[in-house]
Amino acid sequence: MTKRTKLLISRATLYSVLVIIAIVVLLFADWATLQRSFANVDVAADMLPEVITIAAKNTLLYTLLAFSLGLVMALILALMKMSPIRPYKWIATAYIELFRGLPALVTLIFVAFALPIAFDGFEVPGGTLGKGAVGLGIVAAAYMAETIRAGIQAVPRGQMEAARSLGMSPGQAMSRIILPQAFRIIIPPLTNELVLLIKDTSLFFVLGTTPVSKELTKFGRDLMNQKFNGTPLTVIAIVYLAITLPLTQLVAVLERKAAKAR
Amino acid sequence: MNSNVPPIKIVGLHKSFGNLEVLKGIDFEVATGEVVCVIGPSGSGKSTILRCVNLLEVPTAGKIFVEGIDITDFETDVDAVRTRIGMVFQRFNLFPHLTVLGNLTIAQKRVLKRSDDEANDVANKMLERVGLTDKADEFPIRLSGGQQQRVAIARSLCMNPNLMLFDEPTSALDPELVGEVLDVMRGLASEGMTMMVVTHEMGFARQVADRVAFIDGGVIVEDGPPAQVIESPQHERTRKFLEAVQHY
Ligand SMILES: Nc1ncnc2c1ncn2[C@@H]1O[C@H](COP(=O)(O)OP(=O)(O)OP(=O)(O)O)[C@@H](O)[C@H]1O
Ligand SMILES: [Mg+2]
Repeated sequence: MTKRTKLLISRATLYSVLVIIAIVVLLFADWATLQRSFANVDVAADMLPEVITIAAKNTLLYTLLAFSLGLVMALILALMKMSPIRPYKWIATAYIELFRGLPALVTLIFVAFALPIAFDGFEVPGGTLGKGAVGLGIVAAAYMAETIRAGIQAVPRGQMEAARSLGMSPGQAMSRIILPQAFRIIIPPLTNELVLLIKDTSLFFVLGTTPVSKELTKFGRDLMNQKFNGTPLTVIAIVYLAITLPLTQLVAVLERKAAKAR
Repeated sequence: MNSNVPPIKIVGLHKSFGNLEVLKGIDFEVATGEVVCVIGPSGSGKSTILRCVNLLEVPTAGKIFVEGIDITDFETDVDAVRTRIGMVFQRFNLFPHLTVLGNLTIAQKRVLKRSDDEANDVANKMLERVGLTDKADEFPIRLSGGQQQRVAIARSLCMNPNLMLFDEPTSALDPELVGEVLDVMRGLASEGMTMMVVTHEMGFARQVADRVAFIDGGVIVEDGPPAQVIESPQHERTRKFLEAVQHY
């Protein structure tokens, strides 16, 4: 056998497997039932407009708040981690390891229920929104801190030296020269973190919700139970993808651009 | 500036990196308007001396006076001293996220607190001086190495420095671009700028320098007018080094 025939045979085998699996799925899936319980147009139509005006809006609101909070904390943690003052470094390292090691759900529950017990009656203000944003922000900060630190350290040392030799203070050099360049490098990984956060807002259910504070997943699950039908799940899946796919595409574009600039 | 006070005075400068002693006692002065070229083999500590003069490296021992101010004194406002010292790096170190004009104005605005108009005026004047007025709105990455280095010089000049430090300003350039940068430096020298230049350009040193210092092994081996140090070096090490540079 020539190398060429071998290649042809292996290609043909791979395609055949694909076709066979597709046929099996098509033949044996119960399409009528599937359609009734997961693609019921009436149930889907019933979800409008609340799925957008309440659920999707809440998901985005929770995400943006948690992300903003996380970003500020992450920047502080990154600077602490690079600080010449040892205890700052230790605290930042401990924080990062702790919250990257815990499931986000555990952190959320801790912020919502353990804090009031630990600090007698202290409640994170803002209800579901406040507690959830703080909880997820804490988690996101741990992940983003390392990304930001790597970004800052990827800026060549000569940039800081040039800025300082022009008389800029360390703070000016950091904010005007180093950080703008670092953020260019880390926008793709930060956008990835944003996508993860969008999905993590589904954990907000543990905080207890009112009809107007439900995010997509909780909204979908409640409707599913109410209507004994899986269609709400399909609808929220489509809404999630409508939010996350453009973002992941954006990341890909940004990464390609960054690769080109180098 | 009182012309009796030397712009740079280095006294007993030592610098170590860990166990590696790079500078082993440097005493050195640069007078007002003087152009001093520092030459020497790779790793001899030329960059380290220059970087100590604006405290990018902190001396292990010794004192450095810039215009009479002891910059090694902890209480000295180093940022203020640095604005009076221009520094030009081998790798240009332009800010890639800013346009040429942005590179030239940012420190003027943030450090000298100049207004936008004033900063732009100064920047345009300096761009004219280095022959790059048409590049004000370009980003550095779009410029040739020679153009980038001229922008870097203009950026320093915008701060009205009293003295300029150059660390091998032409070493990263293609040979055909070296001339345009040296021309700008020649212009500066003829206008009376005090300059300390680390370089391997012996032609430039011979023509422009008032003094040439040869450094090797962390000490200044020879220091004098170019005619003396380059044409008839007193020390064997200087002779060997010059033979090596001038042969390639
Ligand atoms: N930050 C640093 N940490 C450790 N060692 C350093 C550091 N900076 C410089 N050195 C070492 O100090 C010595 C002198 O370095 P320096 O850059 O001053 O040499 P140079 O004369 O400028 O050489 P070149 O011609 O290669 O630029 C070298 O051995 C170098 O490896
Ligand atoms: Mg050097």
